[in-house]
Amino acid sequence: MGEEKRGPSSAGSFEQVVLPHMDAAYNLARWLVRNTHDAEDMVQEAYLRAFKFFGGYQGGDARAWVLKIVRNTCYSFFEKNRPAELAEEFDEKVHTASTTEEPGAEAALLKSADSRMLREALDELPVNFREVLVLRELEGMSYKEIAEVTGVPMGTVMSGLARGRTQLRERLLNARAKEEQRGLRK
Amino acid sequence: MACENNQLLLDGYFDGELDLVRNLEFEEHVKSCARCAQELQAQQGLRDSLRAANLYERAPESLRARIRAALPAEARPQPIVMPRRPVLEWLAVAAAVLIAVFLGARVLPNIGGQSRNLVAEEIVASHIRSMQPGHLYDVESTDQHTVKPWFDGKLDFAPPVMDLKDKGFPLVGGRLDYVDHRNIAALVYQRQKHFINVFVWPEESKAAKLPEAQTMQGYNLVSWSHDGMDFCAVSDLNAAELRQFAQLLGQ
Repeated sequence: MGEEKRGPSSAGSFEQVVLPHMDAAYNLARWLVRNTHDAEDMVQEAYLRAFKFFGGYQGGDARAWVLKIVRNTCYSFFEKNRPAELAEEFDEKVHTASTTEEPGAEAALLKSADSRMLREALDELPVNFREVLVLRELEGMSYKEIAEVTGVPMGTVMSGLARGRTQLRERLLNARAKEEQRGLRK
Repeated sequence: MACENNQLLLDGYFDGELDLVRNLEFEEHVKSCARCAQELQAQQGLRDSLRAANLYERAPESLRARIRAALPAEARPQPIVMPRRPVLEWLAVAAAVLIAVFLGARVLPNIGGQSRNLVAEEIVASHIRSMQPGHLYDVESTDQHTVKPWFDGKLDFAPPVMDLKDKGFPLVGGRLDYVDHRNIAALVYQRQKHFINVFVWPEESKAAKLPEAQTMQGYNLVSWSHDGMDFCAVSDLNAAELRQFAQLLGQ
């Protein structure tokens, strides 16, 4: 990103290349900043930036290019407005699931997690885990694409996913246990 | 949890991101490691519920409009401008539409019947072609566990494959075929000297159903639906035995 020339014709126009990825942009922004109002601002700002930098776009994976700008926009927003978000303990200790459990019991529990529980559990994850999970599981991106968006090596993507999934599962099982204690479930 | 130090590999494997060698190694490992197998199941459970939960957030229309308005004009999608036509030309278009609607209304009730027959004709033609030397099967096997996986990745559905050898209709193979504008599975069975082609494709609620039994160009056809699939068996075998075969398969 650098020069401010307008759209290289070989890579297609801004309208063809960037506008189609607005859903992906909004999905990532919404899961990063966790509310619709800020998410809309993030996407709008990212799109104006993308337009400005479109001259530097060399072709290639347009979705990853757009999402990288969205992510950077969100992180700048965090630095300015929610520094705590980035200072979060990134790898909190989670206790490991007991191995005495019946085989398949955890899989069955996870399979039955409902939409609200998943939403809450994902929202509570530290931002670095949340973003790789959203890019992998909701956006269906490969490690290589995720590495491009987040600017980290593929090995870090892999370990982020492994730890993020472990934490997400832990939170889901805890949430389920709490609900059972409260007797909310039949 | 996966067994010692394998959590990273497990996630890479689960995501289909390991290189070929490590992928094979891990696949072997999982066969003998209950912990990793269980962990994979749990990961799949999590993925299934994430997919089912509809968590993807789509950009609201108001945001699209806002962004379009904020972008410089050159980046906005150009509205499609219809060329202006003189009034007379529009009248001609309107008349043509009326005539088409009128004709369509008279012709349409027959279309369902015709397309059914077209499909039956295609099936018979395909059966005849398959009887020519070397055209009967792409995979030759009497083993359903060989024939079924052969279709993996070649079709967007998994045709049920059953061997009926002990009922006197041994499976002899399968092939890909093309009927009614889509790739479908053809399973080949034998009854003494007669071959039976069974065509299988996913049921489409809108599509016209073939009649249960019919004869065309001397061939017998029996059609049925089962478990979301449409089936059509065709053969020069007599109608009674073909129906018996269909019942064995359809149950």
